[in-house]
Amino acid sequence: MNEDHFPALFAETYPLPADTRPMSRRRFLQAGLAVGGGLLLNVRLPIAAADAEESAGFAPDAYIRIAGNGEVMLTMPFVEMGQGTYTSIPMLIAEELEVDLDQVRLEHAPPNEKLYGNPLLAGVQATGGSTAIRASWRPLREAGAAARMMLIAAAAKRWNVDASSCRAEHGSVLHDAGGQSLKYGELAADAAHMAVPEKIALKTPAEFRLIGRSTKRLDTPAKVNGTAIFGIDVRPPGVKIAALAQSPVFGGRVKSLNEAAAKAVKGVRQVVRLEDAVAVIADHMGAAKKGMEALAVEWDEGSNAKLASADIAAALELAVQSPAPVAQNIGDADHALTSAATKIDAAYVMPFLAHATMEPMNCTAHVQADSCEVWVGTQVVARAQAAAAKVTGLPLGKVTVHNHLIGGGFGRRLEVDGVIRAVQVAQQVDGPVKVIWTREEDIQHDMYRPIWFDRLSAGLDAEGRPIAWNHRFAGSSVIARWLPQAYNNGLDPDTTEGAIDLLYDLPNFHVEYRRVEPQGVPTAFWRSVGPSHNVFVTESFIDELAAAAKQDPVAYRSALLEKAPRAKAVLQLAAEKAGWNAPLPEGVGRGVSLQSAFATYMALVAEVEVSKDGAVRVRRIVCALDCGTVVNPDTVEAQVQGAVIFGITAALYGEITIKDGRVEQANFDSYQMLRMNEAPEIEVHIVESTEPPGGMGEPGTSAIGPAVANAVFAATGKRIRKMPIAADALKQPA
Amino acid sequence: MAFNIKINGKTHDVDVDGDTALLWVLRDVLGMTGTKFGCGAGLCGACTVHVDGVATRACITTIDSIGAAAITTIEQIGATPSGASIQNAWLDREVVQCGYCQSGQIMSAAALIAGNPSPTDAQIDDAMSGNICRCGTYVRIRAAIKAAAQSLAKGD
Repeated sequence: MNEDHFPALFAETYPLPADTRPMSRRRFLQAGLAVGGGLLLNVRLPIAAADAEESAGFAPDAYIRIAGNGEVMLTMPFVEMGQGTYTSIPMLIAEELEVDLDQVRLEHAPPNEKLYGNPLLAGVQATGGSTAIRASWRPLREAGAAARMMLIAAAAKRWNVDASSCRAEHGSVLHDAGGQSLKYGELAADAAHMAVPEKIALKTPAEFRLIGRSTKRLDTPAKVNGTAIFGIDVRPPGVKIAALAQSPVFGGRVKSLNEAAAKAVKGVRQVVRLEDAVAVIADHMGAAKKGMEALAVEWDEGSNAKLASADIAAALELAVQSPAPVAQNIGDADHALTSAATKIDAAYVMPFLAHATMEPMNCTAHVQADSCEVWVGTQVVARAQAAAAKVTGLPLGKVTVHNHLIGGGFGRRLEVDGVIRAVQVAQQVDGPVKVIWTREEDIQHDMYRPIWFDRLSAGLDAEGRPIAWNHRFAGSSVIARWLPQAYNNGLDPDTTEGAIDLLYDLPNFHVEYRRVEPQGVPTAFWRSVGPSHNVFVTESFIDELAAAAKQDPVAYRSALLEKAPRAKAVLQLAAEKAGWNAPLPEGVGRGVSLQSAFATYMALVAEVEVSKDGAVRVRRIVCALDCGTVVNPDTVEAQVQGAVIFGITAALYGEITIKDGRVEQANFDSYQMLRMNEAPEIEVHIVESTEPPGGMGEPGTSAIGPAVANAVFAATGKRIRKMPIAADALKQPA
Repeated sequence: MAFNIKINGKTHDVDVDGDTALLWVLRDVLGMTGTKFGCGAGLCGACTVHVDGVATRACITTIDSIGAAAITTIEQIGATPSGASIQNAWLDREVVQCGYCQSGQIMSAAALIAGNPSPTDAQIDDAMSGNICRCGTYVRIRAAIKAAAQSLAKGD
């Protein structure tokens, strides 16, 4: 398999031509995912409206197009950002369509929420929340099966035999009794006239030939030889490059600039001044950056000039002193506390985090009087289109968006602020312009994982078993802005995930959440979303309860899992594989975490070493997981490895702080990432299951933080209640 | 100012200020977008190329410092034995996730095994810790480097 799979995504080998891929006509298809997961397979492309190449084609739904020449083109409703969706989604379709993966080619879906809206994200055309396989598991296999049935029906009609006497494999229909076979391409035109089947029978797991087998990713070859085209790599003819500077203080305005000095730099063509940002347009980024320095922009800092993250944290701490909307209540926790033999109280604080995708934010736009064309790698292509339409005042139909491979999403590209900026700049530029954020711009103008403050109190009975659990926390609701219809009565399902749905048997359980938006600081989803905060807090606190009860952390959790057999199984498996009870040298400790999030059960055991100067080194990670049916086992393993590294970076280093209205971190020296020399061994053990699939892009990130923190406690006796883990606090006295 | 530079065996004339980073000449002037921009400060390794065989950060290498040196980029590293070996190992071990940093990872790894047929873990750490992977593919990168070095040494 090679880049031939991606004729439209990957340009041929260097020199790379401009990416000017035209939008296909096939966009009128009206099949799609119904909210709730059913497939609408109702209207096909009218032949008369199709162009010559497609006239002999068969396009039974929004995902599959079989051309007369036999080419099978699959349209990807979710965008590839490393999670392997451009392999696992084709596997689902190809499994039932009965084609081989080396017979398919892929293209990005265009903006169209009717066709490609994500049923698990309220119909928004979005890739996020570890939802792709969960949302597609049934409908995309049905899409493949329906197409196969129509191809078989077309062949049966041609041969004048009963369809039930025919079968499909490797992109052909066969009639064994008659010794006949026809390739899909030869049947495509006829299949387009067959009735859409009313009943679709899907394969049983025993019949799977692709699903469940480790499969080579289709996007890898182009990513090892430099031919893969990310958003930042597009080069429409005549494109200019723009460096961007937005007000360093949130909400500030441009006060003055030296346009002449910038224009004196060789290669600089133009300076674009917006109210709260400037762009220097040049032949190349080197000139644009140099021009930006010469521009010497001064800013009106505005009302946030004194903003500090310490003040924001203090406001959250204050907010949890008062009652808040009740997110969950079971039994009577307050009453149960009065009879507790032991009481435990704790407060937890978590910082703002930046996404720091390796591909810095960027977007290319070309605005003309009656059209706007946008090239970008986005997790929300329809929102990108809508944002460009709003800025330009053009109708949606006049805005074309080309989606691209994403060099790291992690939630950052669920936002369209970068698209808005690029279109604002492009409105003042003649011809296409690629707006590139420097790394400093990317980190200092991110939309951040929110800061959180949590208070918890629990009561244990004489045996140490928890009889009361009270949890109140405050912070931003990203959902309230991103999907307002899902924010009701002060609560939303994401912000509370991992706090209100604990696996443990807790008879008296009470959780409150207070929405407090940090003044001036934009917040957004970040890999593992709500659980990135809640699982750290709850899995750290349950560890505190085990310690207060003087019980082993694994045994303590396990005793509370009588009603959660899948969770109990992964916990036991992780403990066994990690050698939970094996002795460790001094300064080394093991910690465990257990979670159910994104419909996946996961237990992690972390082994960490804490040096005398307080430095934490994560040595080994053992993961056991049950994500139901596994589509591509190798990808599941890779996602755990990657998500764990992402979470260790946050646990050891992740913190965005604000002082004088400005983000204090700027590049990878001040906003550190875990590197090769710090990466632990990571073992992944997958429990076999035929349950529906769970999400795998994110669970490892939320689960690793508490496992590491609990391991630090095991190694040092010091409980981590504030992230990131501060070496200073772990330093041993000399 | 005009510069004459040798990239992947071909000479190119470019007319830019002498303090322009090689990265922008490659990506924006010559259209070779396989080499990536990550940090602009030599902190992440996404822009790694070879200058006379030495892994070098193109984002902090000015065009006037190159002279007659031969530059090799990701687009041509597969034509070298070590580069081809690394690329094959990357495919075999399914290293890549988002892929954005992988051009730089591959360039650093190819330089490592070109001069060292059996790198130790510590040598891999030394050679590769300047390359950040936000997707966290480090575990597989390490395994792939070892496999590639072995296969190169065997002359596969």
